Amino acid sequence: MMTAQQATLKIEHVGIHFGGVVALSDLNFAVGEREIVSLIGPNGAGKTTAFDIVTGFLTPTHGSVNYRGTRLSGLKPHQIADIGLVRTFQRTSVFPNDTVYDNLLIGLHRQSRVRFLEAIMSLPRARLVERRMHGLACELAEWVGLGRRLHDLAGSLSYGEQRLVGVALALAAKPSMLLLDEPVSGMNATETHIFIELVRSIRDSGVSILLVEHDMPMVMSVSDRIVVLNYGRIIAEGSPDIIRNDPAVIEAYLGRGAVGA
Amino acid sequence: MRLTATLLTVAALASVPLWLRDPYLMNALITTGIFIIAAMSLNLLLGFTGQLSLGHVAFFGIGAYVSALTSLGFDVGLPGGFRIVHEPWPPVVGFGLAIVAAGLCGYFIGRLSFRVRGAYFVIVTISFAEVVRLVALNWVELTQGPLALNNIPSIALPVPEFGELVLRTKLHNYYLVLTVAVIAYVLIARFVRSHYGRAMRGLMENETLAVSVGVDATRTLTLAAVISAGIAGAAGSLYAHYIRIIDPEVFAFINTVTMVIMVISGGKGSLAGPVVGGLIFGLMPVFLRPILAPEAQWIAYGSVLIIILFLLPRGIVPSLAQLLSKRRGQTAVPKTVVFDRRAKGPA
Repeated sequence: MMTAQQATLKIEHVGIHFGGVVALSDLNFAVGEREIVSLIGPNGAGKTTAFDIVTGFLTPTHGSVNYRGTRLSGLKPHQIADIGLVRTFQRTSVFPNDTVYDNLLIGLHRQSRVRFLEAIMSLPRARLVERRMHGLACELAEWVGLGRRLHDLAGSLSYGEQRLVGVALALAAKPSMLLLDEPVSGMNATETHIFIELVRSIRDSGVSILLVEHDMPMVMSVSDRIVVLNYGRIIAEGSPDIIRNDPAVIEAYLGRGAVGA
Repeated sequence: MRLTATLLTVAALASVPLWLRDPYLMNALITTGIFIIAAMSLNLLLGFTGQLSLGHVAFFGIGAYVSALTSLGFDVGLPGGFRIVHEPWPPVVGFGLAIVAAGLCGYFIGRLSFRVRGAYFVIVTISFAEVVRLVALNWVELTQGPLALNNIPSIALPVPEFGELVLRTKLHNYYLVLTVAVIAYVLIARFVRSHYGRAMRGLMENETLAVSVGVDATRTLTLAAVISAGIAGAAGSLYAHYIRIIDPEVFAFINTVTMVIMVISGGKGSLAGPVVGGLIFGLMPVFLRPILAPEAQWIAYGSVLIIILFLLPRGIVPSLAQLLSKRRGQTAVPKTVVFDRRAKGPA
């Protein structure tokens, strides 16, 4: 269990109700600096809801979320992105009618800000920033392995490739913590394997990662720690080895077959 | 390539008064030019943020009235026994104030309605235009109401060692309108190709995703509304000082519809679209007048719009651009205007 000092993201007593439905009740966990933490659980357990709360798309009914000492409650999603918390999405992960390259340029918004007058007058600094962004977009595409798809429309890419665009978009926003929502769904085994390496290289570049995923082999191989949710509450937490053998987790989610996995 | 085309177009437009002497046609070109500036400003909202401002004429009319009143002066009583007396100022100052006043209105409308957007924005803009029209009609002491503001002075430019150049003739006004149009075009082009433009495009395509990478939706859209309203105000000011008489009819809904038609037919979301659409629909009455009765002209107007949209559903400019690139054997990439393709590739 980690101590409060090490934690960068702290979720404390968070709960949310939609009318009479309790989507999350009393959620408590933390993510440390450069840690890869996975959030797993059956469909409807509240994983994406937890993501939405952390990134400001939903307001919790009670509880608080803190990131590096800043209370996130009441902040808008773009303000939370400015603090360094950036997420990907399960479904809508790209701007479909733009090329991969243009997608990344939109993603680079935070880094490409110049003052209005500089942009309008096309001052040297604005042009310099634009040139830097064009270079950065290409670098990012190479990083996630989409260098050759740079000038294809994002909507025309395969499902797995769109996932990668989504990750590159999030990376373009220069996060210090990345929240990945089912990033390998739609990827084949080889793509998943490459993706695991990518996740590790992202962590090695200094980014903490919170992952929601159903692909158990991937979760087990990449995570430092796993948090298991069921019916809106945490039923287990610990290293992959502990989770793999936890009776409550096996009962609720993994099933008997996963013990040997 | 694109820069050359733009420069050639500007040069061609600048040469028009050299060979065209007909004052009636010149007049049509000047008023068309003013409406093209307004249509360009509408396109910034409709084409690049996807927000339909159906009260866009409000910004145009506010620009016209502010500019006219600044240069005419006024003396009005306020509740509580106060009086505001304003001595006439030079029309150039009025032009500047028109932009500021319209831009401020754009700011408030944007702040008010961009939290919800879509149909809500359409309704707010329509209501705003109607309210402003009623104020212009009924605040007789300030605006003369239906009696109209008369004898609005022409814009005069200070020229060193010469005093000032009063832009009274059609030739003067043609070049004035052309200059403002070019400035507005360049301003909009640079804006939509900056990171602001990319943010707007992101918001239009996938707002949730755009917001998650740090785009401030309200701020971005409000900025677009301010620029759009400011340019519409500039067009209104040009209108007031050229026509030299304005009444509350400038706020008529049909003027907004005209702008929308120019933008949609030319191609929303394309920089050249409102110019092409504006030239077609602005000059069509000139050519229809000798052959058709006024009522029939409106029918022809509508038919032409339907035919254009039936044959070229995305508007003239984007559809033709797509045709051209297909003919050249390239794959057509839709809507490429936002991004500067010349600067592509690793820097």
